[in-house]
Amino acid sequence: MNRLKLPPWLVLLLPAIIILSAVVLIPLVLSLYSSFTSYRLTRPDSIFNWVGFFNYEKALTDVKFWAAFGRTVLLLTVALNLEMLFGLGLALMVSKVTQGQRLLRTMMMFPMMFSPILVGFQFKFIFNDNVGLVNNALQSLGITDQAIPWLVDGQLAMFSIIFAEIWTATSVFGILILAGLYAIPRDPLEAAKVDGCTAWQSFRYVTLPFLMPFIYIAMAIRSLDVARAYDIVQIMTNGGPARRTELLWTLIGRTGYVDARMGYANAMGYISIFLAIFFTIYFFKKLTQSRKELGMGA
Amino acid sequence: MAQVHLRDVVKKYGPLEVVHSINLDIADGEFVVLVGPSGCGKSTTLRMVAGLEGISGGEVQIGGRVVNDLPPRERNISMVFQNYALYPHMTVRENLGFSLKIAKQSQAEIDKAVDEAAEILSLTPLLDRKPGALSGGQRQRVAMGRAIVRHPEVFLFDEPLSNLDAKLRTQMRVEIKKLHQKLKSTIIYVTHDQVEAMTLADRIVIMRDGHIEQVGTPLDVFENPVNTFVGTFIGSPPMNLLDGVVKGNELEFADGTRLPVPPGYAIQDGQAVTFGVRADNIMPVGHALPRGEHMAEVEMAVDLTEPLGTETLLFATLAGTEVQAKMLNPRPVQSGERMTFQIMLDKCHLFDAETGASLRK
Repeated sequence: MNRLKLPPWLVLLLPAIIILSAVVLIPLVLSLYSSFTSYRLTRPDSIFNWVGFFNYEKALTDVKFWAAFGRTVLLLTVALNLEMLFGLGLALMVSKVTQGQRLLRTMMMFPMMFSPILVGFQFKFIFNDNVGLVNNALQSLGITDQAIPWLVDGQLAMFSIIFAEIWTATSVFGILILAGLYAIPRDPLEAAKVDGCTAWQSFRYVTLPFLMPFIYIAMAIRSLDVARAYDIVQIMTNGGPARRTELLWTLIGRTGYVDARMGYANAMGYISIFLAIFFTIYFFKKLTQSRKELGMGA
Repeated sequence: MAQVHLRDVVKKYGPLEVVHSINLDIADGEFVVLVGPSGCGKSTTLRMVAGLEGISGGEVQIGGRVVNDLPPRERNISMVFQNYALYPHMTVRENLGFSLKIAKQSQAEIDKAVDEAAEILSLTPLLDRKPGALSGGQRQRVAMGRAIVRHPEVFLFDEPLSNLDAKLRTQMRVEIKKLHQKLKSTIIYVTHDQVEAMTLADRIVIMRDGHIEQVGTPLDVFENPVNTFVGTFIGSPPMNLLDGVVKGNELEFADGTRLPVPPGYAIQDGQAVTFGVRADNIMPVGHALPRGEHMAEVEMAVDLTEPLGTETLLFATLAGTEVQAKMLNPRPVQSGERMTFQIMLDKCHLFDAETGASLRK
């Protein structure tokens, strides 16, 4: 029997190659390929229908796509900045607590422990215009006598989604910034006191520069998270009303699975990836820069 | 420039009292060194003067003002920290000028003051570097520059040299002394190193367990220690201590060895005492300085030698206790060699065996 003799290095690497191909390479190549076809889930043989850059051209000239793109950037900017501010405040307060700090730190993490789907349902209920907590509270307190359409009005719906995002993820910033606060050496802060700094000036000129690397790490993590935001929006508004809360991935999900136009969805997906990559690179650049400022790292 | 007064100053952490009602008066322009073993409360005392620690009791005055409730920035002091405490994200220039910037001085004034301080400490070529790119000695100079740029009334130094290597430490010690001579400002300096204390201080404050044991000029605390603790803490090698009993005009040690009683001490027959002698005052015959009227001779076997060049330290056993002696113009000594030593009794000390307090008349 004439058996094929493989070189030993290849034999040893083969399991890794097979696993990587199965979970990464093949899906990647397949999705990239399909973005150049008119592939529809309902007509499997359409995957062989090569259309070149048609899908990309369509996406890049589609107003709906750019609206979703813009909304995602808006969500990213607003949510990340607010989360950073709230997380910073939270961390500063928790770091001052002398008793029960452990318990508080654990409690800070609670929102991260829930599935985003459940958070979506929870806020869908809280902001419901008829039976929701918020409207009930506002009406009972006599602040308004009308039902505020939190999830129906376009702008309020976006606000509600941002609110839910911030509720779930502020603790990411909180925990990372708290870690940063623990890592700050005490001496420069004392030197700042002696140098005449008020509490605010110490924070502004000493604490904050030390925290920036931690803030940028949190930003990088969260920008990836928010750039692929799907679940909370899908549950709370389903991209509605009238697509006013449509984000990139709700649009892509709808195009791919509801409209079954997978080729087009994949093309939009590949364009969207650049958004995530852009923000990640941006924040990592900022991270390196802020570390260099502090004389850390090469 | 200012005087500093500490009146019955107490520091408590909860029920634990770490500084017990200390009193200290520091004159304008004086260089005072607080020295003691770690945990003696010297740094805590300094930090209370700085305003970095609250004062649990008593009063701290700087320049005639009670500063107990003033934050550090209103006390007109500046401080040099053990770990330099530079701002790592600022250049040397920004580090030096930071306090002036906070005080809202004009850029021209800041530049002038920074250049002047940099000149004094030869930091001018380093002004645009960040602390990360400096050596330990350079960082310490920046920390000192940051302190002098403001012309404060009082400088506080918290073990500023303990992170430097031995050679650099000696260099910086000289620089600090020069700086004091130039600025003529009040300095309070904390260290655990008695050599630093001796070389720098106008007056030394020796602390132990939150108490001040003795205050005096370097020579005063060296020659007239008030108790065995000060005797052993100040001076290197530490003072040799031997327990004995007064028998008439002599001291008798546990093994029966007898020495004449040193002159100038208030003692009674039969009193248990601790006899203290520094290595400088117990030397082999022929390798000693002839000094003092009252001398005694003992024979001892040398256990160990530490040659230091101009002198050799000899470890020998006297009355069952290991003592250190000094040999001038040293010659090689074999371990186990028996030598005759002369003791300068005028320079010896007697302490109460129980309390350790000096029995000097």
